[in-house]
Amino acid sequence: MATKILIPTPLRGYTGNQEEVEATGSTVGELLANLASEHTELRKHLYGEDGSLRNFVNIYVNDDDIRYLEKEQTPVTDDDTVSIIPSVAGGSGR
Amino acid sequence: MSVAPLTNDEVARYSRHLIMPQVGMDGQLKLKGAKVLCVGAGGLGSPVALYLAAAGVGTLGIVDFDEVDFSNLHRQIIHGTPDVGRPKLESARSRLQALNPEVNVVPHEMALSSENALQLFSDYDMVVDGTDNFPTRYLVNDACVLSGKPNVYGSISQFEGQASVFGVSGGPCYRCMFPEPPPPGLVPSCAEGGVLGILPGVVGTLQATEAIKLILGAGEPLVGRFLLFDALKMRFRELKVRRDSDCPVCGDAPTVTELIDYQQFCGIVPTPPPAPAAADGEVTVAELKERIDRGDDFLLLDVRENREFEICRIPGSRLIPLGELSTRLAELEGAEDLVVHCKSGVRSGKAVALLREAGYGGARNLEGGILAWIDQIDPRLPKY
Repeated sequence: MATKILIPTPLRGYTGNQEEVEATGSTVGELLANLASEHTELRKHLYGEDGSLRNFVNIYVNDDDIRYLEKEQTPVTDDDTVSIIPSVAGGSGR
Repeated sequence: MSVAPLTNDEVARYSRHLIMPQVGMDGQLKLKGAKVLCVGAGGLGSPVALYLAAAGVGTLGIVDFDEVDFSNLHRQIIHGTPDVGRPKLESARSRLQALNPEVNVVPHEMALSSENALQLFSDYDMVVDGTDNFPTRYLVNDACVLSGKPNVYGSISQFEGQASVFGVSGGPCYRCMFPEPPPPGLVPSCAEGGVLGILPGVVGTLQATEAIKLILGAGEPLVGRFLLFDALKMRFRELKVRRDSDCPVCGDAPTVTELIDYQQFCGIVPTPPPAPAAADGEVTVAELKERIDRGDDFLLLDVRENREFEICRIPGSRLIPLGELSTRLAELEGAEDLVVHCKSGVRSGKAVALLREAGYGGARNLEGGILAWIDQIDPRLPKY
């Protein structure tokens, strides 16, 4: 039983350059906790010092933002795809 | 304001628009009467400005203060090789006027700031965001929301792009999607991470499409939808973005009611004036050269990527990319005297911190990286 998690390019360095990883868990919170325990370098990029998800980390279940679902309590199944959506700024000059 | 009817030349120019029911004469006159501000005349701004000018957008403002550089040309197609060294605004204006002399191109040579953004935006109907850093993105967003102008957003990194339309009444803004910026240094810029040259072509063209649709009032705008594009997979995905009723800017009880200090908001600390001597723990390139010439016994560690090492290197350096350093520390065993460098000094600064934490107290950062080495010691090496 595992749910697919899409890792954005800026964080792939912490998942052995994998763009897709699988983790187990029945909620988004469990899934990410398991992901972070498997890829320990990822932890500090996902969680703040107080142990909560960082505000600039956007987590989507399929096409919906968990902030508008049940946040970290949002249930997930094997058929769902969880995405970590990065904020990027590139576009112009340099 | 009424718009002058199309001249015969304009009818000929826009004939393929005029025969479409989705545009027609009404639509073409809307385009002619429209005023669009394009922030940035770079990767995204190039296709945006070219297509909007070609489409007959009557007034096209462009904000930029940079000069054209050789490293821009693989993606910033509004500029050409003879333009290298010219201000981007001049280069863009001559290209756009050659493309369509009917368009009034208004250059704004300035860095967009909290002091000038609202005044500038008030002269336009919408803003197309083609900037390249988080502080300006939040500034553009907030200024658009505060002045009630749509923000046609596009952003790129390496081979992936994003696009959406923010700041439309009732729709979300950029902060609803990204309430907080990532800490400085987490997301590489185009200069650090590279960018596939065609990528801003695709994303900027999407932005131009959305701008034209907004002007015409045609189709379904990319409002409340966030488009992700992966050029390598050639795949588009769409996410939902909702207006956040608690959003500090566009929410029901906004707390940001005027423009703020966006550098500070993004956690960027002002750079202190350069010290005359190298800061503690740093080595200048002149000192490094002396040490190499003297034959000192030390390890010169290059923490850039292999691809960068292939372009240029300092003789005698050993490559361990920053991302691999923590797992390859054993290779450095016994090294007491280390000079660490990267391209400009940011990554090597992180490497020095990591090395010191791991017990390599003698690790020092090369100030200014290999770029400073090329500038001051060996100008024959290629710069990138």
